[in-house]
This record gives sequence, structure tokens and C-alpha cells, in this order.
Amino acid sequence: MAKVLVKGNEALAEAAIRSGCKLFFGYPITPQTEVSAYMAKKLPKIGGCFLQAESEVSAINMVYGAGGSGKRVMTSSSSPGISLKQEGISYIAGADVPCVIVNIVRGGPGLGGIQPAQSDYFQAVKGGGHGDYHLIVLAPSSIQEMVDLTSLAFNLADEYRMPVMIMGDGMLGQMMEPVEFPEEDEGAVYAEKGWAANGTKMERKHNIINSLYIEAKELEDTILERQKKYDVIVKNEPRCEEMNTEDADIILVAYGTTARIAKTAMMKAREKGIKVGLIRPITLWPFPTENFKKHADGKKKFLCVEMSMGQMVEDVKLAIDCKNSVDFFGRTGGIVPTPNEILNKIDEISGGAF
Amino acid sequence: MTQEIIFAGFGGQGILFAGKVVAYAGMNEGKNVSHLPSYGPEMRGGTANCSVIVSDDEVASPVITDPTSLVVMNGPSLDKFEQSVVAGGKIFIDSSLISRDVERSDVEVFKIDATNMAMKMGLPKLANIIMVGKLIKETNLFTYDQVKSAITKMVPASKPELLENNMKAFDTGYNL
Repeated sequence: MAKVLVKGNEALAEAAIRSGCKLFFGYPITPQTEVSAYMAKKLPKIGGCFLQAESEVSAINMVYGAGGSGKRVMTSSSSPGISLKQEGISYIAGADVPCVIVNIVRGGPGLGGIQPAQSDYFQAVKGGGHGDYHLIVLAPSSIQEMVDLTSLAFNLADEYRMPVMIMGDGMLGQMMEPVEFPEEDEGAVYAEKGWAANGTKMERKHNIINSLYIEAKELEDTILERQKKYDVIVKNEPRCEEMNTEDADIILVAYGTTARIAKTAMMKAREKGIKVGLIRPITLWPFPTENFKKHADGKKKFLCVEMSMGQMVEDVKLAIDCKNSVDFFGRTGGIVPTPNEILNKIDEISGGAF
Repeated sequence: MTQEIIFAGFGGQGILFAGKVVAYAGMNEGKNVSHLPSYGPEMRGGTANCSVIVSDDEVASPVITDPTSLVVMNGPSLDKFEQSVVAGGKIFIDSSLISRDVERSDVEVFKIDATNMAMKMGLPKLANIIMVGKLIKETNLFTYDQVKSAITKMVPASKPELLENNMKAFDTGYNL
């Protein structure tokens, strides 16, 4: 199929439709509103349902219901809206219901701003809502990857029966790049969902979607069972891009938009003769630990670059058992770092020899 | 080869569309492109800008800090971006709306009376495309036919008069 020039938010929405998602519940918020707008325009025409809820809390509970019926469903929002959804996300995780949640991150805390940020990292990978649970968190860094990871998100959600988050930022949502969409497989049959509450047809017992367990033992059993699933995911699902790390003295660690800027800084540093590499986590949970472990030699220096105050730093340190030094450079509150700012930091930690 | 172009002006002047024409033409020619709009409480009369990169290589950072070309359609945009243009770069000014001169002497300056020309042609909303015409001519980013093919694909086939008007505006800038 020919390439089309399309905005990140719209690319993501179209990719969701082509992945079999015909249900969308949301509430508008900058800088992700084009996802909702696209769904509002397209879904009614193809027999789907778009519904603008009265609030984010309501939208996520609609997702819970639709997911519980076994259908592919998505919601999207930006930081403050995602905070409102956390209660519902915890319930969905507790009820083992698959769904896709998109966070096009903006500056926080509070209402914050509307410019790009990555300061929802902790919220996305360390819980967000209450209880022992995880989301799979995917971090695209180009519009094509927003398309590709959306399709992956629905597959992972179904495969593991759990919510999957796609975490972008305002820049990815708003920018346009050429993308190629996969053809939609109209007759696609998605995973058999024997657990779904979609009508017994008087042929089987009721399926119950629930996250309430009054008996502590019963609750502990479900959590332990779910943990086995998480163990498989940690083993099988980490994804990562690694560039120029073999001979590198300094390895940049960045994801999403920031990884692209770090890539430019890496190339500029190499032109100056500083050996810089890049590790770009594509899954933020599970964190691609193995890609870091092999560099835990006490020699290479790591430099985390983020649009936050360094929320990913602790995951890098844990991945290498604190054997190497881990520095940090970031801008936050909606400011996007420039390649030169990163280059200055690289100069600083390389000993200022350049 | 990589060209990094910033388009800037008032909301409502078609700044984002001008950038889109260039990005679209780049995509059509198999180049790597990115189109990054400013966004915020934008509105008609407020400021708007977009960053367009056209490259033979992968586009890493979509953020342009040192543009190779700058297309400006109002005074505040010239104030904001003049100093960022690379030495030897090109600045395209809508001189209908910008009265001051460029202060730098290490860049090439093209003054285009675009808004007045567009008004006289009865196409007041297409000053942006006149600017694109001049940009393409002076940067050799694409051939005339490549841009024509891009504009043809961008304008809905159901509105042939739109295509005709856009091409009129483009020709005007290109043939200045």
C-alpha cells in the first residue's frame, strides 16, 4: 500500500480500526483529541461505536464493559485524563480484561500544560492505580511505529488478557510523517475468548467479570496466578532498539520522541570522535533488562535522556545492578530537549576532552 | 542531503498547509520527511509555525533548531526565527506584511509581496502557496512537476477550482 502523510494521533486511530477495534470511548483533551475526532468520524460508518463519555472515569468503565464482552476496545487521553482513569484501569487489570489505553503525554503535575512530556513514566510502569498489577507499556518513537505498535498492543492485550498502554507524547501525536498501514483483514478471527460475558445462548454457565474477592485467600490466589503471566511477559516480551553500543564509551538511554533527539546527539558526538551509543526501550514494561545487563561492566557510562526529572533512571540502574555510572539529562514541563543540550552533557561526562 | 525548513506566520495564513505541501512532495519523491506543527492555544490571528524536514536519510530529531530555510509571513515570526537560520541559509519574507529588513548579512533574503499579490489575483488565502512557489524555485528542493503532482494529490478531486487556484498561486511565486 502507498505511503500516506498523516498525523500521529490519526495514524494511531486508523491503525486501531485496522486491528479490529470498532469500539472507542473517550473524552477530549489536548494533545490527543484527534484520536477521538478520527474515531467519531469513522466508527459510525463501519458499524462501530464511538461514544464521548461525560468524563474520563465514565469512559474507562465503558472500556471495562466492552472489553468484558470480548470485543477489541480502546480509549485514549492525555496525562490528567489518564490519572482520572486509574481506578478503572486497576479494576480492568484485576478482572483480567484486555483493552488498549493510549496516553499522549503532556506536562504535569496537575493540569500542567499541553506541550510534550514523558513525566507519566512512573504512573505507567509502576502501577498508577492500586493493587498488584502491571500494564504492558509500549513507547513508539515514529508515526510508523505508532501504527505498528497499535496492532501489537491489541494482540498482546488479547494474548495475555490484560490492559496494554501505548505511551506517546504531544509531539508524536501532533507531527506528520509518511506511514504505511497494513491492510485490514476483514475476516480476521481474534483470540477465542471463552471467558467473555457475551451471552450464554443458554448453552453454558454465566461468565462473570469481576475484581472483588472478599476471601483473602481467594484474592491472593488470583494475584499469584496473574503473577505467573507477568513472569512470562517479562521473559518473552521486552522490545528494544540498540545502536552503536558495542564500541561505545557512553550509552544514551531514551525512548519515544526523546530517543530521536538523542539519536541526532549521538551522530553529532560520533562526528566529534566521542563513541556514543543508544539503547531505546520500546517496551517500558517489561523493561528490556537484558539489553542493559550485557553492558554492566563497570566501564561504559550511561546517560538517561528524558522529558521528565529522570523517572527512568532507577530502572536503568536496576538493570545493570548499579555497576556502571548512570547520569541524567532532561527537560520537563513541556520543554523538548535539543540535540545540542544533550551533546553538552555528553561532553561533560566524557571528561570535557572534546 | 537534508533541508530543514521553518514556516511561520499568523494562524489562518495557511502556514501548516504550506509546510504540508513541501512534506507531501517529499514523501511523493520517496524522501524521508517530517512535519511538526507548533500547537497550543492557536487561533486565527495568533502565531503558528511548523518545522518540515526533507532528507535522504532517516529523520532523527524532528525539532529544527537551525533551519536551512525560513519562510516568514509576519513580523513576530521574523523576530523569533531570524537568528536561528544557518549561515548561508535562505530567508523568504512576505514583504506585504513585514516592513523591516533582515539584520543578518550572512543569509540570502528573498522578499515576496505575497499577500498583496494574492489579494490582486482574487486569491487572498493563497499567499502561502505563492511563498512555497518561490521557496521551491530558490532551494531546488523539487522540480515544478513534482510539486504540481503533490498539490494535485492533496486537493480533493471533487474541487477542481481549488487545484486551479493553488497552481495559479504556485506559478506566481515560482516565476517571480
